[in-house]
Amino acid sequence: MSVTNVISEIKKDFIYNLLLKGERIDGRTFDQYREISIQRDVIRKAEGSALVKLGSSQVLVGVKMQPGEPFQDTPNKGVIITNAELVPLASPSFEPGPPNEMGIELARLVDRGVRESKAVDLEALCIIPGKQVWIIFIDVHILDDCGNILDAASLGAIAALMSTKVPAARFGLGEDYILPIRDIPIATTAIEFNDVLMFDPGVDEEAIANTRLTIISTMNGNICGSQKSGTGMLKPEQVYRIIDIACEKAKEIREKFLEA
Amino acid sequence: MDETDISFFKDGLRLDGRKADQLRPVKIEVGVLARADGSCYIEMGGNKVIAAVYGPREVHPRHLQEATRAIVRYRYNMASFSVEDRKRPGPDRRSQELSKVSREALEPVILTSFFPRSVIDVFVEVLQADAGTRTAGINAAAVALADAGIPMKSMISSCAAGKVADTIILDPMKEEDNFGQADLPIAMTPNGDITLLQMDGGLTPDEFQRAVEMAMKGARDIYELQRDALVKKYSQMVEQPGREEVHVCD
Repeated sequence: MSVTNVISEIKKDFIYNLLLKGERIDGRTFDQYREISIQRDVIRKAEGSALVKLGSSQVLVGVKMQPGEPFQDTPNKGVIITNAELVPLASPSFEPGPPNEMGIELARLVDRGVRESKAVDLEALCIIPGKQVWIIFIDVHILDDCGNILDAASLGAIAALMSTKVPAARFGLGEDYILPIRDIPIATTAIEFNDVLMFDPGVDEEAIANTRLTIISTMNGNICGSQKSGTGMLKPEQVYRIIDIACEKAKEIREKFLEA
Repeated sequence: MDETDISFFKDGLRLDGRKADQLRPVKIEVGVLARADGSCYIEMGGNKVIAAVYGPREVHPRHLQEATRAIVRYRYNMASFSVEDRKRPGPDRRSQELSKVSREALEPVILTSFFPRSVIDVFVEVLQADAGTRTAGINAAAVALADAGIPMKSMISSCAAGKVADTIILDPMKEEDNFGQADLPIAMTPNGDITLLQMDGGLTPDEFQRAVEMAMKGARDIYELQRDALVKKYSQMVEQPGREEVHVCD
């Protein structure tokens, strides 16, 4: 993610030479993820929340809900609004101010996973057709960018949604209930460098590669979203290879951390 | 709003009479703007898009400049009247994301190291939208870059594939995009190096591969049209020297 991160030539060479030997700086295999931990309900004031650690990267996602007006073209559907804050405490290259295009892309990819997988039944969030529906705010707070914050943020979003309780009582709309979740989309990102594909890139690996592909897959093994990013190119065969591994990795992550 | 509410095929043909793997009619014109260094107007089906290239030129604000190469800026902008419900003018999150990925679709082929401390500005205005504006914009921008004489390693051509009624289709139009099951735009070089790949909706890994292959075939066809348009303009210049060499704004 951190395209603006600068690393020294000597480190770059070091990573590159390791890569030629088939190794990564932290000793992982090319398709190996760093250690993942997900803590849910860390923010009591939020309707749902999750703190995701992906190696040293840390992302906190909070979900808030409130009744509001539906969009005119979808009068019977709830609304999802996803936002990402790349706050300056998370990286020396983040700056205060309105979201830059990196933040916008991140938020839109997290949103794409939740929306396109149809993880949330939006029709069930209708209160009065055309007048009042539930609005879900998914707010992604990057706390520590040590690489691949996109996968961490996506994981945080679905984990937070899975722990979300609809605050109906607070708005006089009956009893609180658990937000029903129908799918668990998982985003998996790989970078390409010298025809080597590396999953879950760390911050230094991101700095040497200029091509990145994210695949978001659903519980039935289908793909609900993807995005190539960066100023490099990919061969179709590389794309297909990434898809194969990405779907497998997503399944592992889903089973281990979210379906328990 | 469901995909089942609308029938996408009649007698094996699509709503506008196309076959599943057929592009909409494409029209490309090179050098349509007098002030720009390079420009291109493109129609892809109901899309009408115009692209202009300025540069290499001095970078403002100056702190953005790079000591070793030119920076590339890409601004995708939709006219407020280009869509059914008036779009609020100015950049929104969608257009900022599209600007980013479109820039990254073109940057791999631009020889930016030839022009340190400068900027190549690409401005894309969507005048009329009918699904596939980002691909139309990239196609126009690539031609405009060539028209501006920016050194490039190759052309970039862009096309989308989609899925409606469980069928993979080429170049979805508005109805197919709105009510379809998936949309997958790509951009690539004529050699088949992919520089843009996005997808939303639902596809099996196998369908994904078929959609990529179909979109690549479409992009290859568009490449021929881009090349023809450029050749046409510059062969006219040879036949009528002097007419195109001096820009006259009247």
